[in-house]
Formats: sequence, structure tokens, C-alpha cells
Amino acid sequence: MANPLSNKKRSLFRTFVVNSFVFSFFTFGSHVFGQVSFNDQIRPILSNHCYACHGPDEEKREADLRLDVAGDVDMEEVLERIASDDEDFMMPPPGHNKPLSDEKKSLLEQWIAGGAQYEKHWAFVAPAKAEVSADSHPVDHFVDQKLKANGLEASPKADPATLIRRLYLDLVGLPPTIEEAQKFIDDPSTENWESIVDQLLQSPRYGERWARKWLDLARYADTNGYEKDRDRSIWPYRDWVIRAINEGMPFNQFTIEQLAGDMLPQPTQSQRVATGFHRNTMLNEEGGIDPLEFRYHAMADRVATTGTTWLGLTTGCAQCHTHKFDPITHEDYFGMMAYMNNADEPDLYLTDENSAANREKNRQQAETLIGVLASKWPKSTEEKKYPEFEAAFESWYENQKANVVPWKTIVPDSMSTNLVHLFQETDGVIFATGDITKADTYTLNFPAVDQPISAVRLEALPDTRLPEGGPGLTYYEGKKGDFFLTEIEATIGDETLPWKEASSTYAGNAFGKEGQGASLSIDGDIQSGWSVAGRVGERHVAVFNFATPLPAGKPFTMTMKFGRHFASSLGKFRLSVASSDNVLSATMLGDDSCENAKRAFLLQASELKEHSDKIRKLLRPLQGHSTLVLNERQEGFERKTYLHHRGEYTQPKQEVNPRLPEAVFDTEPHTLPGNRLEFAQWLVSRKNPLTARVVANRQWAAFFGTGLVKTVDDFGMQGDSPSHPKLLDYLAIELMESGWSMKHLHRLIVTSEAYGRSSKFDKVDVNAERLLQRFPRRRLEAEIIRDSALAASGLLVEKMYGPPVRPPQPSGAAANYSKTKWEASKGPDRYRRSIYTYQKRTAPFAMYRTFDASSGESCVARRDTSNTPLQALTLMNDPMFVEISEALGKRMSEVDGDDAEKIEMGFRWLLTRRPNENEMERLSSFYAKHSDWASVARVLLCLDEAITKN
Amino acid sequence: MNQNSNIARRHFLKDCGIGIGKIAAAGLLANGLSSSAQARDVENPLAPKKPHFEPTAKAVIHLFMAGAPSQLELFDEKPTLTRLEGKPLPPSVIGDQRYAFIQSDAAVMGPRFKFARYGKSGISLGEPMAPLGDVADELCLIKSVTTDQFNHAPAQLFFNSGFSQPGRPCLGSWALYGLGAETEELPAFVVMNTGAGLSGGTSLWSSGFLPTVYTGVRFRNGQTPILNVATPTKFSSEVQQDTFDLIQKLNQERLGVVGDPEISTRMSSFEMAAKLQTSAPDLMNFSDETKETIDLYGCDPAKPSFARACLLARRMVQRGVRFINIYHSGWDAHSDVEGSTKEKCGQTVQGCAALIKDLKRCGLLDSTLVIWGGEFGRTPMVETNPALGRKAGRDHHPQAFTMWMAGGGVKGGMTRGETDEFGFHITDGKVHVHDLQATILHTMGFDHERLTYHHAGRDFRLTDVHGDVVHDLLL
Repeated sequence: MANPLSNKKRSLFRTFVVNSFVFSFFTFGSHVFGQVSFNDQIRPILSNHCYACHGPDEEKREADLRLDVAGDVDMEEVLERIASDDEDFMMPPPGHNKPLSDEKKSLLEQWIAGGAQYEKHWAFVAPAKAEVSADSHPVDHFVDQKLKANGLEASPKADPATLIRRLYLDLVGLPPTIEEAQKFIDDPSTENWESIVDQLLQSPRYGERWARKWLDLARYADTNGYEKDRDRSIWPYRDWVIRAINEGMPFNQFTIEQLAGDMLPQPTQSQRVATGFHRNTMLNEEGGIDPLEFRYHAMADRVATTGTTWLGLTTGCAQCHTHKFDPITHEDYFGMMAYMNNADEPDLYLTDENSAANREKNRQQAETLIGVLASKWPKSTEEKKYPEFEAAFESWYENQKANVVPWKTIVPDSMSTNLVHLFQETDGVIFATGDITKADTYTLNFPAVDQPISAVRLEALPDTRLPEGGPGLTYYEGKKGDFFLTEIEATIGDETLPWKEASSTYAGNAFGKEGQGASLSIDGDIQSGWSVAGRVGERHVAVFNFATPLPAGKPFTMTMKFGRHFASSLGKFRLSVASSDNVLSATMLGDDSCENAKRAFLLQASELKEHSDKIRKLLRPLQGHSTLVLNERQEGFERKTYLHHRGEYTQPKQEVNPRLPEAVFDTEPHTLPGNRLEFAQWLVSRKNPLTARVVANRQWAAFFGTGLVKTVDDFGMQGDSPSHPKLLDYLAIELMESGWSMKHLHRLIVTSEAYGRSSKFDKVDVNAERLLQRFPRRRLEAEIIRDSALAASGLLVEKMYGPPVRPPQPSGAAANYSKTKWEASKGPDRYRRSIYTYQKRTAPFAMYRTFDASSGESCVARRDTSNTPLQALTLMNDPMFVEISEALGKRMSEVDGDDAEKIEMGFRWLLTRRPNENEMERLSSFYAKHSDWASVARVLLCLDEAITKN
Repeated sequence: MNQNSNIARRHFLKDCGIGIGKIAAAGLLANGLSSSAQARDVENPLAPKKPHFEPTAKAVIHLFMAGAPSQLELFDEKPTLTRLEGKPLPPSVIGDQRYAFIQSDAAVMGPRFKFARYGKSGISLGEPMAPLGDVADELCLIKSVTTDQFNHAPAQLFFNSGFSQPGRPCLGSWALYGLGAETEELPAFVVMNTGAGLSGGTSLWSSGFLPTVYTGVRFRNGQTPILNVATPTKFSSEVQQDTFDLIQKLNQERLGVVGDPEISTRMSSFEMAAKLQTSAPDLMNFSDETKETIDLYGCDPAKPSFARACLLARRMVQRGVRFINIYHSGWDAHSDVEGSTKEKCGQTVQGCAALIKDLKRCGLLDSTLVIWGGEFGRTPMVETNPALGRKAGRDHHPQAFTMWMAGGGVKGGMTRGETDEFGFHITDGKVHVHDLQATILHTMGFDHERLTYHHAGRDFRLTDVHGDVVHDLLL
């Protein structure tokens, strides 16, 4: 598949001759009835003027009349109403502000006269590949047909300098160096072009350029969004995209790994990282939100994003009611949601070949530090007295020993909660999984014990399956892995047994006053509680003493309540009981030797906190970099999906099973995908008429500025018809037949004559541009503008991958809720490619935003291309561009030769071509007047041509 | 010269006027031009456009009190709460409302301030709002506003864009989309923030799916409010001028070769940028304001403040700016609602009153709509939470809150709406946020149902499928 075209010996810029052209401009997958085509002419009219009331949505359907599918319709009456000017009878009704033009009326009349034949919407019919003669380039075959039919003559080929710059900007997002450009300018042959194309497709820069486009769809960002907009670590997903694209991963695999990598057999770490695609949804950490409400919004975003990215369907329209135009019912919408709604959303800590060794090194270092910890015991000074270490330990040990009693683990008969799933592991350990809320209650029923119980011990246990290793399930707003036990109760029947006192081995409160520990879990106040912020990933112990022992021989119930202004339930714990005459305190001691006890003492002593914190850090259960992934739930713990009335979170109705919109996809029940993995596989299967077209169309738009279907995000009834339907189908099938090779598709496009045309023109004619008479000039994307400037000035650093970095920007540009200061990276990170720039959702990097980059707040299939004064100010005055001007100026000044040679080099670094005489003269006299190369460089960087693909 | 350059010259003359470096734009100068795939034809998206009908408001100043002020302290006097202080509200009143911080059985807290009546209309205001009493007869007080959202970021987005999630255009963007710009000297939609950080972030002034030229331009506090509007110190003003000139000449030459009118739009953008470099400092130069005016606002012209932002807003309206947001955040009184309200009012109320007086004095109030309010209200119940160190605060309350408007075609000296004796539910004259949006658009000359934009398969509008104009509020 390396060089799919080589065997066909295509001449790139050969004048195309149409061997046979039997075609019509207006027919595509459609029959012609009389002169009227339903798909091209009638459906757009019906969709625009009629479907809102006579379309798929049953609830809004008027007069029980449906015009979107063939049915028992009195077409005579339809005709009469269309023709009428009686306000009470005419259609569309005058109040709808959608009057039919005479032309449209006449088309409808012709259609009805021809029998009112319906056709399936073109995009819902499988693509068909038209024949292309062996000696023509398929792209040109179709493009030239259209040109000829419209009496247009193709523009000549662009000059080599323009062409090579165009190609580099498109494939790798950077201008060619002078040497690279010269290689083509000296030999502009087809063979050389093709070999350069192949080289660029292998360049690591290719993945960086095309990953950026994908990240727009993935709504990637480095923060959580909404008010707090705190940082998240998901850049390993961004790196996965770059790697996958560079490796030429087939698009079907690319799809399946991102949507359901976790469900593949024995998924690799890389396949799990890929599921970050749908973890790019926002996370609201504002105090007091209902986490499940915003989880629901994230799910709605997943359905809409999947619709846009793969299906080119505006599925989001069906969230509140059945789609007004496309045959997607309200139930279909939630059916699609159900495919994706059964995953947990954990952090995945990444491991590599060094991880185990690093852990071991850290463990050893921790042991070494523990070994010398006693020597760090503070000495008394004038101001502050400390006991001697041994004395302090002895007194602590005496105290603690009294609390070492035999604890008996208790195992519940049954457990229930408001939502979370609890299940028993070994040794009485209970593990919680599933969704948590701001007010969770765990109820555990225990069998009778044969001795009276004086105290209950709660062990909060760490586990790498929990956020930051637990013991809690907190994943937003609070410290990850923390919990907040507001109340614990013991009851026998209806009788609540009063507590006497409680204690805990450690307490930490992330908000407000320092915690006072487990005693707050028995104070009757649901707003106070026990939490362990600052020490997650460790085992903590609380002991609760009864006022009067719980009598032997009676089954009892323990109830635990969790939550505060954020959800904060416990993830792993164990309960045990003791019979003691004394009030027991929580201790970390078990039946330990004195030596072990000393170790416990050292690690908890507040006098040594500064040192022991370092040790704890080394011993953290989860270490290294993490990323956000999906993890399908186990059988028996499925999350249910409900239809929500009017799409509102607060109005769940009946349960909905996974399903596809049947009217669109003609699926037979037994072939329906059953789960998220099968759904992903179906998306890239031949059963789905949309994905390949949608993807091919988006690639086309990336090169030519406009898709063959202009509405790249809408292939439904309201979307535009393709300008070159046969070409679109050809590309879609070629994509699939090439094994979903994106590089193959890109190669196919850039080796066409259409791609190589001049962009010059002498009259504004939108149609000529659409039909690709010429190559459409387009302003560069924000990131390419910056990267090109960095490359031309010699500043660009090619280091790939890793945590995001920060280029300079003016102070106050990044204003957001937390008013964080933008600290520009120092050193090479300052000049890394723009895809590595830290992306904050509520305060995007100002220069990118000014040039229409996406913010990561929603899926973007097509960026705007605006042209504003703020862009001019940015290019001229932004500190980053001033810095680049200085570097480019310096680079120019260092060129061997006279001023003209320096100017010429600067010009070519940025624009590839050589300056003409006029340009040279103007730039020279500017330099002669101001004697400042940075100023000259600045002029070049501001040129329209410098920020345009020509 | 070939045919290209003739075409190019025609475009240039038409779109840019003549005279490199000092183009007189002759009304065609674009503030920006969208060349999206959907609108490639040469057309200035900010050219002035006629709305659906004659507007009463040519400009809008939205004073957004982010964080949500307490209506019970400032506008909606509820003696019953004093009587019931310390007792919970009946569960039947609370229903299934979810709360951010408090429990639904939290006790009631009485208003922290005394109320008095002001003006001929006798509008009732809480003590910290007293300075607003001077303009009571200009105020159109709505005590019955209700919203769907009870968290800050979603509620702020909801008020601005009609939707709780980011991605839709905000009010100001809709206004620009429908009306275009009146000035070429300044951005037509300006955003200022004088308080704490803003929950909703940049999405609050985003153009959403509308072309990006309709995005609000954020003014930073300080002497150079527009990002990058000042010439870097490294370059002299002569270099700057010559740079502008040379860029234009080289671009013009290229236009002659390529023929793409987008290049002439680029030249217009640079031209406008050059103008901004002059007009922005001019806007910020308060030396032409009298001492009386400065005293009226009570601001130090050298220091950023809410009052100075109000004065700036008046200066902007005079210069043809269409839509101005002034955010003042920090009203989120989960603790000490008394102290917090006093503090925030101290920072803002004089500025609000001054703005109305000043606009009136300049003859601009009739054509400028001033809107004041937060994203929701605050609970009749007290928020006390030892774990968070909070006491005597109030939580978020979406059911009923108060906003006011003035000028721009709304009735002065009127009060609309009633709440129950607890200030919990609206009992009369409910105005949903969508209704308010419809009404605001109405003052700008729009039928909110017809101001639509086709996106993602359907026509979107600010009010989604909701909203009724509240004609009672209008003159």
C-alpha cells in the first residue's frame, strides 16, 4: 500500500481528456422523474418548508400527515394547499415565515405529477464506486467532468515554489526549508513530487499536523472546564493520536481503539490510553453541583460528538425530541447513548519498562530514609522543648499498646446503598464501585456476634483501582481518593445504639478547618465528618466506642453516610469489632514487634512530618504519569440508560436498550451491535453508509478549504448535497478498500491536478472555486501560523510528546476564574510545536483563539476562518511575535552577503518563493531607513501571504 | 498590468478606500470578514444591518453581578423571614429542589438590612442599595426572575447564551450578528471584568457557532485594555507607521497578482488595527471628563474599578459600541451575607447610579438599555457549615430573584412580580430568563423567534424554543 498509484503511471499535470462522459450535473444516486430529482430538488424543499410539522417527529406532527416518507397522502390536496393563497388553507402556513417560491411550487407540482416518488436520502444509501479509466487520476476524472459540464476551463498549474509550500503546509503544517523547496523547484517532475509526498507522509511532523485536526473533533484540552477549570492529565491521549497517525494506523482500528479500546481482548496500555477520546468531556468541579447531572451532560456530548465525527449526523437534535428532519427518534438518541453509557471513568497510571525498577528504587530510598528517621528527631532549643526521642517513643508505645486488642472482622449478610455497588472481597474487605452522589448511604446487615461489642473499628483501605489509590472515591472538587464519612450508626431493629466516643489515626480536611477526625462522624451533624485529605493512598483507622456494648446474639445493622458539597464516598473498607472493658482508641499498631512499632511511631510523629512526608511520597501506590480512560463495567454492574423527557436530566423516564436509528441504517434486529465495542466496529463496517464518506469529506475539506459536502458536520436532510457526489463515493470506497489508510487518501488527493492548480483568479466566482477550477487560497490555521513563524525564524524545537508547555503571551490574556498567572515556559519548551501548548478551556491561549482555534469545549468539525484587526494587532505587537521577529531578524542578519541577500533569505524561509524586484526594493529601503532586521522580519511575518496557503 | 490587477484595484478601491496608511474607509471598512467555507463571498459580516423593527435600544450595557447578589437583602423585602428566623421552611415549599451546599431543612434567616422607599414610584430598596434610590424612577425592577440552573458557570452561561453548556452564542454576539457594528474605531462588543475571577470564563462572550467575528472583545484592566493594542516598546512610532505602510503596500501588490479579495480584507483589518492603536488610548484618556463627572462615579481614572468601567461604558456608547458587558464577580455570599453584600454594594452601587444619571444627562439613556443582575438568587434559608467555616450565608436559589433594567425603552419606576412570603416561589408575574432574553432582543429591534442561525442541521436562536416578550416592561 506504500505507493498505490505508482503502477498506474499517472501524469500529474497532464491535461485531462474525458473519454466518455455520460453524466448529469443533477443526478446522484437518484432517478429522474420527468425533469425532477427527488434527492436533489424535492427533498431540500420538503425538508426546509414541511418537515418541521410533517416530518419524523410524531409529537409535532400536524394533521397526521407525513411528507418525509412515502405513505398514504392525498397529494391532490397537498397541491391545492401549496397553490392556495387562502391564509387558512395554504401551506406552509403564513405564520411560519417559510413561503414557497413559485419555482419551488412548480418543482413540487412536477414531482407530484410524476407520481410523487420517494427516494432514500443519498447519504443513507451505501456509496457506489464509479468506473474511472485506468490512465486518469480519479480525482481529476470527476473534477474535470464537472468543469467541462459547466463550461469552465481549469486554471494552469501553480508555480513550483507555491506548490511545494502548499504541500508542506498541508502535510506537515510547516513551510519547507529553502533546501527542501529547492529540491522540488529544481526538478518539478511528477516522480519527484510523488517521492516528496511519500517522504512527508513518513515525517513525524505529519502526525503532529493531522493530530491537531483530530483533537478539534475530540474536544481535547488540558483542563476540566467550567468554573474551576483545573488541570487534568490527558496528554498521553494526545500523544497516542500523534503516534497512531504517524504509524499509519488504519482508520477503522483508530476508531475502535478510541471508542472501545478497553473492551478489546487483553487490551494493551496503548489501547486503553486511546479511550481518552470520550474522556475529553468536561468535568464540573464547582462546589455543590450534582455530579450525575454533569455526567449526563458529558454523555450527551459523547452522543453528539460521535454523531458529528463518524456519522456526520446532528444526533444532538434528538436529545429533546425526535429529530425534526432526520429519521432519528428520541428513543434512538438514548439508544445510541446506551452503547456508551456503561463505562467507569478511571485514571490510568502509565507504566513502561522502567516503572518497576523506579518503584523499587523509590521503595529502597524510602527504607533508607526510614532507617535514619530517628536521627532527625528535633533537639530542644531555647524557644521550644522536645522530649528525648526514646522517651517520646516509650510513652507513645505504652499508650498505643493499650489499644491493641483482638479485633474480629465482621462480614455482612447483605448490603445495600442508594446507588453504589458494594461487593465483598476476601477477609471481610468491602469494595465499592459505580457512581457516587453528594449523599450516599451504605447499609450493611450483620449476623449476631457471640460476645457483646464494645467498639467497632473501620479500616479505610487503599487500592490502586481507586482514585489516587483511595481509600475514597472522590474524583472531583475534593482531593482525589479522599472520602467524607459524615455519620456512622449502629442499629438493632429500630433502635439506634448511642456512641460514646470515637477516634482516628489521621484526619485531614481539604476545605475549611482542619479535621478533628472520626469524632465528627458521631456528632449527629451531617455537615461534619471524617476525611483524610493530604494522606490518600494509605490505610487509615477509626474506632467507635459504644456508650453501652451492643448485646451479643443480636443481628445488627451498620449505616454509613458520605458526602459534602461534592461526592465523597468510601471505596474500600473493612469493619471489625472488639469486646473490651476500656475505651479503645484508633491505632496503627497491630500485634507488632517493638521494632515495627517504632517505625509506626516515626512515620506518624508530627515532629518528623517534614521528613515522613517525603517518605510517604516515595511509597505512594500510584506513581508517574496518568491519563483518563474508559473502563467497561463488569457484568452485573451495568449502568442503566433512561430516556429523558425533553432531554432534561431531571426527567428520566423508561429504560432504553442500546439501539441504532433503524430508519437510517436498515439494521435487522439480530445484526444490531450489542455493546460499545460492537458499536465502534459497526461504525467502520460496510453496513454503515456514512463514516467513510464523512471522513473522506473532512480530509478533502482540509486540503481544499471546503468539503465536497459543504456541511462537513451534517450529512442529513438539512445538509448540503455534495458538489461531486461520485468523487465523494469514490474517495469513501477507496479509503475503505485501501484498508482505511488515511495516508493513502491524502496521497491520492495531493497527487491530483486539481490540487496543483494555481490559486490566482481574475473574477470572483464562488462556483468556479467550488468546482475547483482553481485552488482555493485559505488563511492558515492558528497553530500553523505560529509553527511556520517559529520554523522560519529558526526557533522551532522539534521535541515531541509529553506534558503541555506554555509559549509566552501578554499578561492578563489568560484571565479565568482562578486568575492563574500564565508562566511562559523557559528554554526549548517555549518553542515547541503548537500542538503541545497547554490548552485551558475557559482561557485558551490568546493568539490561537484570535485565529479561530477551538477551545475544547465542544466537538469542532470545521473551524471558522476570520480576518480581523485583532489578528493584525497580534501579528504586529504580541510579545511572542516580537520575540519571533527578533529571532528571524537575527537569523537574516547572520546571512553571508549584502542586505538584498539577507532579505531574500528571510523572505524565502517564510514564503518559499523569492521576492520580486518591487518587493526587494521596498524592503531594502525600509531596512536602509531603520537599520533593524527585526523590523524587516516583522513586516514579513505580517504579510497576508505569510499566513495563507497560496 | 494584467486583468488581475485591474480586478484587484477595483476591489481595493471599493473595500478599502484609497491612500495607503491612512485609508478613509467610506463606510465599507470591515471590522472583520468571515471567509468560512459557508460564506466565501465578499461581504462584511459587521456591516450595519436593519433589525426586524425599530429598536428602542441602540446600545446595551449589561452589569452582570456574577456570583449572585441576595435579592432578600436588596430588593425583595420579606418580614416573614425575620419572624420565622431559626425555623425550617415547610417541606411543601421546598419540594424537590436540589441545593449546592445546604440541606433542605436548613433554618430560615431574616433579611440583614432595613428597606426604604425611593422616588415618586416608591420603589423599595435594601439599605446597601440606597444610592440607587436617586434614580429609582428610572428603574424597572423585576422581582420575579427565574432560571433553570443552580450552579454558577452553567447559570451564567444560561443567562448569556440560553443554554447551560458552552458552545452557543451569547447575547452580545446575537446582537452583532443581527445588527452589525456602528463603529469602526472600537470593537462593537466589549467585555470588562472588575471583580473576582469569572465562573463561566470566555464562553460567556463567545460567538459559539456564529462566525468568530461576533465574539466579544475582552478589555483588560489597565492602560492598554485591548490585547496587543500598544506598540511594543522596542519599535518607535515611526517604525510602527512605516511598518503598517509597508505591509499594506506589499499586500496590495500581492492582491494585484493573486486577485483574491480576501487580501483586501486583510488590508482593511490592518487599517482598522492602526485606528485601534489611536482610538483605544483615546477612549482611556479621561482628561476630557469634568471633575463633576469623575466625582459622580467616585472613581479614580487611573485605577481600574467597577465605577471606572461604568464611565468607560458611557464613553463607549458615545463612540458607537453596541454591546457592553461589565462583570463584577464575588457576590457568592455562602457566608456572612451581610458583610459580603455591604462590601459588593460599596464597590458597585454608586457606579450604577452614576451611569444612569450620566447617560440621562447626555441624552443617551432613552436609547441605551442598562441591565443589572446576577445568574440566580439566594436562599431564604441560612447557610451554616462549620466544616467549611461558614455562617450566616445564603445558598443558591434559582426559583426567584430580582433584576433591574433602565433606559432603552423599558418603563421607569415600575416593579414587576411578586414572590411568596418566604421569597421562595414566584406568585405573580414570572419572568423566565428566556423571557428576559426575548425582551432584551425586542428592545434591540428583534423578534427573538426570527433571529436565527442555521447550524448543525437546524435553526438555532437565543431563546431555543422558549421565551415570551414581557410587554408590560416596555414603554
